[in-house]
Amino acid sequence: MHSLSSSSASLSSVPSHHPRHPPSVPLPTLRFCGLRPEALFPRPLSLYSSCSSPARRSARRLRSTVLVSASAGNGPPSKFDYDLVIIGAGVGGHGAALHAVEKGLKTAIIEGDVVGGTCVNRGCVPSKALLAVSGRMRELQSDHHLKSLGLQVAAAGYDRQGVADHANNLASKIRSNLTNSMKALGVDILTGVGTILGPQKVKYGKDNIITAKNIIIATGSVPFVPKGIEVDGKTVITSDHALKLEFVPDWIAIVGSGYIGLEFSDVYTALGSEVTFVEALDQLMPGFDPEIGKLAQRVLINPRNIDYHTGVFASKITPARDGKPVMIELIDAKTKEPKDTLEVDAALIATGRAPFTNGLGLENINVVTQRGFVPVDERMRVIDADGKLVPHVYCIGDANGKMMLAHAASAQGISVVEQVTGKDHILNHLSIPAACFTHPEISMVGLTEPQAKEKADKDGFTISVAKTSFKANTKALAENEGEGLAKMIYRPDNGEILGVHIFGLHAADLIHEASNAIALGTKIQDIKFAVHAHPTLSEVLDELFKSAKVNSPVSSPVSEPVGV
Amino acid sequence: MANSLLHSSKLSFSSSFPSLLLPPPSRVRRTAPSFSVNAKIREIFMPALSSTMTEGKIVSWVKSEGDVLSKGESVVVVESDKADMDVETFYDGILVAIVVPEGESAPVGAPIGILAESEEEIAEAKAKAASASAGGGGGSGGAQTSSALPVAPAVTASPAPAIPQPSPPASAAAPSGGGTPGKLIATPAAKKLAKQHKVDLNKIAGTGPFGRVTPADVEAAAGIVKPPPKSVATTAAEPAKAVAAGTGGGAKELPPPLPGSSIVPFSTMQAAVSKNMVESLSVPTFRVGYPVSTNALDALYEKVKPKGVTMTAILAKAAAMALVQHPVVNATCKDGKSFTYNSNINIAVAVAINGGLITPVLQDADKLDLYLLSQKWKELVDKARSKQLQPHEYNSGTFTLSNLGMFGVDRFDAILPPGQGAIMAVGASKPTVVAGSDGFFSVKSKMQVNVTADHRIIYGADLAAFLQTFAKIIENPEGLTL
Repeated sequence: MHSLSSSSASLSSVPSHHPRHPPSVPLPTLRFCGLRPEALFPRPLSLYSSCSSPARRSARRLRSTVLVSASAGNGPPSKFDYDLVIIGAGVGGHGAALHAVEKGLKTAIIEGDVVGGTCVNRGCVPSKALLAVSGRMRELQSDHHLKSLGLQVAAAGYDRQGVADHANNLASKIRSNLTNSMKALGVDILTGVGTILGPQKVKYGKDNIITAKNIIIATGSVPFVPKGIEVDGKTVITSDHALKLEFVPDWIAIVGSGYIGLEFSDVYTALGSEVTFVEALDQLMPGFDPEIGKLAQRVLINPRNIDYHTGVFASKITPARDGKPVMIELIDAKTKEPKDTLEVDAALIATGRAPFTNGLGLENINVVTQRGFVPVDERMRVIDADGKLVPHVYCIGDANGKMMLAHAASAQGISVVEQVTGKDHILNHLSIPAACFTHPEISMVGLTEPQAKEKADKDGFTISVAKTSFKANTKALAENEGEGLAKMIYRPDNGEILGVHIFGLHAADLIHEASNAIALGTKIQDIKFAVHAHPTLSEVLDELFKSAKVNSPVSSPVSEPVGV
Repeated sequence: MANSLLHSSKLSFSSSFPSLLLPPPSRVRRTAPSFSVNAKIREIFMPALSSTMTEGKIVSWVKSEGDVLSKGESVVVVESDKADMDVETFYDGILVAIVVPEGESAPVGAPIGILAESEEEIAEAKAKAASASAGGGGGSGGAQTSSALPVAPAVTASPAPAIPQPSPPASAAAPSGGGTPGKLIATPAAKKLAKQHKVDLNKIAGTGPFGRVTPADVEAAAGIVKPPPKSVATTAAEPAKAVAAGTGGGAKELPPPLPGSSIVPFSTMQAAVSKNMVESLSVPTFRVGYPVSTNALDALYEKVKPKGVTMTAILAKAAAMALVQHPVVNATCKDGKSFTYNSNINIAVAVAINGGLITPVLQDADKLDLYLLSQKWKELVDKARSKQLQPHEYNSGTFTLSNLGMFGVDRFDAILPPGQGAIMAVGASKPTVVAGSDGFFSVKSKMQVNVTADHRIIYGADLAAFLQTFAKIIENPEGLTL
């Protein structure tokens, strides 16, 4: 039987209880969200009272799980302080922690900065707030569009500080939601930088040492700034600074045309800036399916105040100072010859993200990072310098570099918890959707057409491509947003969905039907019979499934999940 | 019809494109006489694949030079601003030459390839193609807008307007204030505009920060008057702008006031004038002038003046009498769809009072006699001075009279006030030398009358006829005193 850690007691006014406490400990389930606190306290605690009823139901379900696991007698009490310690309280760590509690693990999460990590504080969340503004600005500025709807709007304007506040308030709100959800479930939030001291031993803060049966590294990433670029946080910035929207430059160069660059180009152009993309590869939006990229370029780049330089590196960027603008020296990506110099008002570095793994103490467990990433196998188990698995240490999220998306990190964390609680699990990364929240949105899951072709050639099968247009969708036309394309790459022989790519209104919300089908192994010949409400945008996918020509009338068994 | 391309789409989502590109027939007819031997040689044009397409990029040539084509076959894939489209030939023949190679762009209507009907024409067609591509300077060449069609394209393929490249070499252009001297810096929007309006960026002096060329510079160079700018990067609190934009008026970015200048807000009356003036811009007006001889009128005025009759009353009465015969000039266009004929003739007369402008109305001016009218006018002016005019006494006008003759103004234009069909601007009566039809000179007093009218309801002939009637009344003023 282990004692309560002092830190957890101090973090919460309610005593910490763990499911594995013997039944003699009073009220073992008190900590769970919404579990009849009214019976114990004269007035409901604000935390509890804010719980919505679905949360209460899940908590109740949770308790029964816990009781079952307790009565099943999960062996003698652990000799460790925690069953699971997660280093990093971003979305990945949060997802892992919640699932760990559900599985009955005593869990702590170490955070050296703020709860929520990149996604909540400097990434997906505040950027969605800015994009919500840019989407509305676009609508209000589109005279043609408004006119065709019969609307008349006087000139639209915005207040920069108001927009910035909206993003900041959203981040704070989501951060406190995340913190509360973990606290309410009994996850200990330990503050300080976490360092692995040795097998199953972690230090956090100055000198607090705890032991853990299993450790998950979930330290995430920071913006990657290539050599030669001087970030001053004012005129040469990363997404960290841009999300604060401290100023809206007349002309901003965005280095990198991936998700981050594209989303910011949407925000900046809607707010009146002109944008110049600098892309090292030969075409914009590398990584997207080429056909989708091309269409997206027609809609998101060409008609807007955006120009671009492709096939060039920004070899040197100097912030604006001494009465000079921001200077960007471009060199040819292949020959390294100097090509041009740009003079702009600001530069946003969106060249990707670098893992944040320094100071983790990886040397103490003989792990050497690869370009900063922690090497892992398909089960997120950390691999040491000798190529052997390090027992009890896992790494999820951006720090392992498999798929640098918040929800991928969370899914990886859940997969790890499944494994440490005795159920083998391999995450199928090809079923993880991705989205870019431009106007309109881009989303995708699985393979692009070239990737699918390559795989087909290698494995000896053929692929087909089905496409549907938003132009034929009633709801899209009602919204006057007919621009868009959905595309599916599939195997005509067995109806397997290999990849789905959508560009159009609410594409990010539409992708899940396809990603769920891939995750569950649902075949086209089966899903095409599923019914979609009319008129909805989801009918774009309905049509997509129906337009596919599958030669196999019989549904085959679910394919084995594939790890990456 | 000769040279045509039919394009069709492979993609189901591109159904909104025009279906057929037919070059103007004039082109063919005018070409044929001088190049009759070329009749069997056809050009393939860059088709307009969408209503907004101005130029297209050749994605790929499906056919190669020397390939035999049959009607309906895909020849080339063109990328427009919207989609990639397969373009089909409308004629059988041999693809002799590709004028615009893959990856390059050409304006809509420019030749992109040469088609010969039979092998006999190949050599000739090749020569034609050579001249086309030589003259056009390759890719974006043959660049010839469809408005410049009358001459045979192969011969005239004029040098393409240089399309500014994103990063032209250093040139002696933009004066730079802090940036790299001598280097042309243009913003993305400026480049787009320059391309659209075919403006050479190198010839524009940038006025933006660090001497860069801004979209406004390009528009100025292209001679474009900017529509009211959308307030994008400014704060929302600009009600004046919103009002102006709502009425289609020109809300301009004003320069900051000069040092020492003072700002005096409009009074209520001035604000109303301002609003009306901006609103008037939404009405399509035109003007017709007429010289009216006033000798007889002056004589009459001398007679009736002692009885308290004013010139204003005389003019109002004359206008009202003319309006009776031309009711359309007394009408109003309220909704842009119909005539509203007014049952009364109410003459509003513009008066400058206490730094403002107001239009007291002489109601039923056609029915009252000159003396009553003069009396009424005096009352109205007194009320206006003491700011006691009732709304129906200044806003019920159906026709406005504005007279600046007493200042010696010989002619002027008036702005049509909203809600009325016409306004008359009367200048001073001046002795004028007139050549008579009998060959003798004489001196007569003439005054210039200009009428501004809403052309949606009042046409030139209506106004001319009205003015003729008005002139007759003034020149034979006996009727006024009846």
